[in-house]
Amino acid sequence: MDLAALLGIQVLYAIASLALISLGLAIIFGMMKVINLAHGEFLMLGGYAAIEANKLGLNIWIAMLVVAPIVVGAIGVIVERTIIRWLYGRIIDTMLATWGLSLFLIGLTTAIFGNTTVGLSAPLGSFEIGRYRLSAYTLFVIAVAVVALAGVLAALRFTRAGLIARGTMQNGAMAAALGVNPGRVYAVTFGVGAALTGLAGAVLAPVSGVFPTIGAAYVAKSFITVIGGGAAIVTGTTSASILFGAINQLATYATTPVFGEVALLAAAIVLIRVLPQGVTGRFFRRSL
Amino acid sequence: MSFNRRQFLTSAAAVSAASLLSFEGASAADPIAVASLLDLSGGLDIYGKPMIDAMTLAVEEANAAGGLLGRQIKLINYDTQSSMQLYTQFAQQAALKDKVAVAMGGITSASREVIRPVFDRFKTLYFYNTQYEGGVCDRDQFETGVTPAQTVEKLVPFAMKKWGKKVYVVAADYNYGQITSQWVKKYTLENGGSVSAIEFFPLDVTNFSSTIAKIQAAKPDFVWSALVGGAHISFYRQWAAAGMNKSIPMASTTFGVGNEQIVLSPSECNGMLVCYNYFESVKNAANTAFLAAFHKRFGADYPNVTELAMGSYQGFKLWAEAVKKAQSVDRMKVIEALETGISIDAPSGKVTIDPPTHHCILDVHIAEVKDKKFNLLEDFAQQKPSDTAAVCNLIKNPTDNQQYVIKI
Repeated sequence: MDLAALLGIQVLYAIASLALISLGLAIIFGMMKVINLAHGEFLMLGGYAAIEANKLGLNIWIAMLVVAPIVVGAIGVIVERTIIRWLYGRIIDTMLATWGLSLFLIGLTTAIFGNTTVGLSAPLGSFEIGRYRLSAYTLFVIAVAVVALAGVLAALRFTRAGLIARGTMQNGAMAAALGVNPGRVYAVTFGVGAALTGLAGAVLAPVSGVFPTIGAAYVAKSFITVIGGGAAIVTGTTSASILFGAINQLATYATTPVFGEVALLAAAIVLIRVLPQGVTGRFFRRSL
Repeated sequence: MSFNRRQFLTSAAAVSAASLLSFEGASAADPIAVASLLDLSGGLDIYGKPMIDAMTLAVEEANAAGGLLGRQIKLINYDTQSSMQLYTQFAQQAALKDKVAVAMGGITSASREVIRPVFDRFKTLYFYNTQYEGGVCDRDQFETGVTPAQTVEKLVPFAMKKWGKKVYVVAADYNYGQITSQWVKKYTLENGGSVSAIEFFPLDVTNFSSTIAKIQAAKPDFVWSALVGGAHISFYRQWAAAGMNKSIPMASTTFGVGNEQIVLSPSECNGMLVCYNYFESVKNAANTAFLAAFHKRFGADYPNVTELAMGSYQGFKLWAEAVKKAQSVDRMKVIEALETGISIDAPSGKVTIDPPTHHCILDVHIAEVKDKKFNLLEDFAQQKPSDTAAVCNLIKNPTDNQQYVIKI
């Protein structure tokens, strides 16, 4: 019983971390159709932003929840204005440009911080479930994921900015005709996607540590989740995360972390074969 | 002036022969090339960086003392970037292009097994200066690091006496972790204990939550870690975050060699037990002099000289001693000089080459992690590499060339 509760929390945690690392990409790739191969590096930058801010004496919560999203969001806006905006609709060129950006960011962070693992100690301590102990930080990550997903859903559905963003992505020329500045909308949307990615990187930093090439560990999983989820940003990310996260964690528990990853990838292949448009291509079709 | 083809060829040949000759003539005063192959970036840089610093100091000290055989030593430093492919490439470059007198390096046992055949094939003397799982038997190679019979054999009974008889082993998933965990199992069983499970992790795994749950379900008396590299530091963090470090203690054959005790906070790793050849707190005159020189060269705030850094330093010193004895850098002559059982007074104590195994006889110490430092608890003087000695005798079988693996 205790073990079941513990496993349940760990499955939730796996789902939450998958959703967190994918949400920003769901906006940038799912919504804006920009294949951002530097997504993993945005996560990495979020981790560094939090750790550096914490080193400068900022409270760890402010460093993770405020500083990291702002820093990476700002980097996102700069990247969009200087690189991405020239390449909308040119998928191959965007891939090449963002791949270059990814290598550049890895090189830059290596030069500044060194190619060494740095980390934070997870705050919050631990708690007991029967005879098992678990890091309380696990629950915090799950909470952040829920809040982030709910926040994005609410912003897209209930706010004017969300409506404008969705409209501009669907038909930029029409949005412009109605008095919206598409350039600004694109920049802000990309920035929001980057900020969410930075948040995820910061929140996961105490768990996995940060080093310049850590993005490689995340980027494939993020793309798999977003593609597996399909067109709808929040519903798609959530459903794909639930599916892949649960499979990954249960397989890991039953065997080893290696087979956990294999199970995740195998599930992704089967899913894309059965549902080429992702989960939300078939189910929850009109959701966001 | 007539200048036909034959005359041209003759004079050209003479000129080139002369230039060749002059090149040959100058080479006696040329520096002796020594190659270092270490991971100075990537996931294994936590080990490689202190090693190259210690190696640099050893070379500089030798040069300041007038070099070897009247020649200066040139350290050719290859950063293998935690990539096996680069190990092969740089090993070939060191052997064929630089024609080095000796190559030193390799950190993981996987990388050693990648470059060992290369140096064998191209007849280049090779020093592996890292503590490892033991069993390599190769006349071309010298191993200056400690092996399980020198460390695990001491630490297992020590930890079992302190904590209890049931062990759970977590290890890196390559030859080092695979073989070392078998040694841990062997010594645990021999001391009347039991091993609940042995789990392996590839070097890039950072999520250990399900393992931590499994360990709690198994309720061992202590955990043995043979985890390796930067990513695996997450295990110690997640272990502490779950509060487990307060209920289940840990012993390790790898903790601290990458200065993990400094990267982590004291509350995350205090009380862990380790066993190595060298700790900064070892007391002897050579160590005092070494630490003074090291801090003068690399700054007073240099975090900690690791076991592996000392391995590099001592490896170079042993080779230099053999070159002096052989009065040559010729590979066979140096090997024969080393096989006389050469000995140095190193910062870790006396270090002697064991001729039949090409490993070292040296001091080891058990220590406890305490506030980012190691407190020495027990010393074992002049330990022999008995694990490798049981299977390997290069005096009797000089052509033996393999890594013996423990069978349980």
